[in-house]
Amino acid sequence: MKNRKAESGAVWRGLACLVLALGLTACAGPGGHPKDPLEPLNRATFRFNEVADEYVMRPAAQVYDYAPLPIKVGVGNFFGNIGDIWIGVNNLLQGKVTDGLSDGGRVLVNSTVGIFGLFDIATELGLEKHDEDLGQTLGKWGIGDGPYLVLPLLGPSNVRDTFGLIGDLTADPVWQVEEVATRNSLTGLRFVSKRAQLLGADTTAEQAALDKYGYLRSFYIQYRLNQVYDGQPPRVKDPDDDEASGDDGATAPQAAPQSDKKENQE
Amino acid sequence: MKRISTLLATLALSVGVQFSAFAETMAPDALVKGVTDDVITIVRQDKAIQSGDTRKAVELVETKVIPYFDFAHMTRLAVGKDWKQASPEQKTVLTQEFKALLVRTYSNALTQYRNQQIDFKPFKAKPEDTDVVVRTEVRQPGAKPVQIDYALDKQGDAWKVYDVMVAGVSLVTNYRDSFGQEVRTGGIDGLIKSLKDKNKQLDATVSAKK
Repeated sequence: MKNRKAESGAVWRGLACLVLALGLTACAGPGGHPKDPLEPLNRATFRFNEVADEYVMRPAAQVYDYAPLPIKVGVGNFFGNIGDIWIGVNNLLQGKVTDGLSDGGRVLVNSTVGIFGLFDIATELGLEKHDEDLGQTLGKWGIGDGPYLVLPLLGPSNVRDTFGLIGDLTADPVWQVEEVATRNSLTGLRFVSKRAQLLGADTTAEQAALDKYGYLRSFYIQYRLNQVYDGQPPRVKDPDDDEASGDDGATAPQAAPQSDKKENQE
Repeated sequence: MKRISTLLATLALSVGVQFSAFAETMAPDALVKGVTDDVITIVRQDKAIQSGDTRKAVELVETKVIPYFDFAHMTRLAVGKDWKQASPEQKTVLTQEFKALLVRTYSNALTQYRNQQIDFKPFKAKPEDTDVVVRTEVRQPGAKPVQIDYALDKQGDAWKVYDVMVAGVSLVTNYRDSFGQEVRTGGIDGLIKSLKDKNKQLDATVSAKK
């Protein structure tokens, strides 16, 4: 979901908007989402992104998707290999030494035996691929996610992850390539390859949502929480469900067996 | 002689009881695996589903998957605290419409299946647990594996799925914000109307594709 092909300029513009908008949060009316004080601004950015996606990014991804599978897999692996360096650093920053070392091992194996990362030999050897970034590291360190934020072209984020993204970009090898043409081609290819992986999922989101903006916001918040906890977020007791099932017992007994009261308690 | 026949009768009875108990209390992980394997086997062979025939995918989901899902529970979770203010009739309609939306949307996702491999993670639960999570992972070459978890609870002797989480995102509670918004602006009936409209719109696209 997070693409690192941002132009720094876009990120800074987004930040500038954020600072501006923070001044306006007092105007946010009641009944809004507690995590989304900037909803009017975010909705505007979301509409812009939807148009950009419809006319530029999605068509580009659809063209790319015609490429033979081995090529697409190779491209995905190549950028995955480049990403593994920073993923390893973040695992170390989070105190997951074994995972961090394993990521280093992945880069060594895939850059050599895997021919510049085109083949993911490491996974076949049992070195599992991880998914980390600076935003997750900050989350692990106990930094809250802050208000929800839709970034221009990049989509859903929040204040913490936006700062994380700036760190990710600063450390990103592709972003450090001196030659502008190479850097832009690589960035473009990486972006298109990522977008192509979301083809299909985007249709499902479109069909599932009553309000796509709200659906994606909710999705992003849960998704990042899950990532910060490495796939095992705490299962909290759902207060709404509990209230509801209590009521259910009174008005619609057939719908609520007694055991429901213990729901999600673990 | 009488004693022997009594013994045989008892034996037969207990075997019968044990057998039906086995059938009904299939372990939650075995249940999810059985259903997943069934569905994947069919999708692999069905060229129509692979080429985007949503109607056939819906049929498959309705016969193979739906019996193991508790849609009343899912709807209650998705609506959240506003569920209290719905009348029993409204609850029935809400459940019906939400079920239709989920079935249509995710049946369509089945048509995008392309030989991904599904791994089952080790299942951890105590025998006395009545609320468990079965964890799976979908693997595909060149992309990160996607985590899919199923939450089930025990109702009497049978396990039912009441939530599905993709990459940690609950496909049920993900609706809570927008449902809450609908109820705030148009009440429970407003939410029902939005769901009905959405389903009609999906129906139209499905028939247009055919």
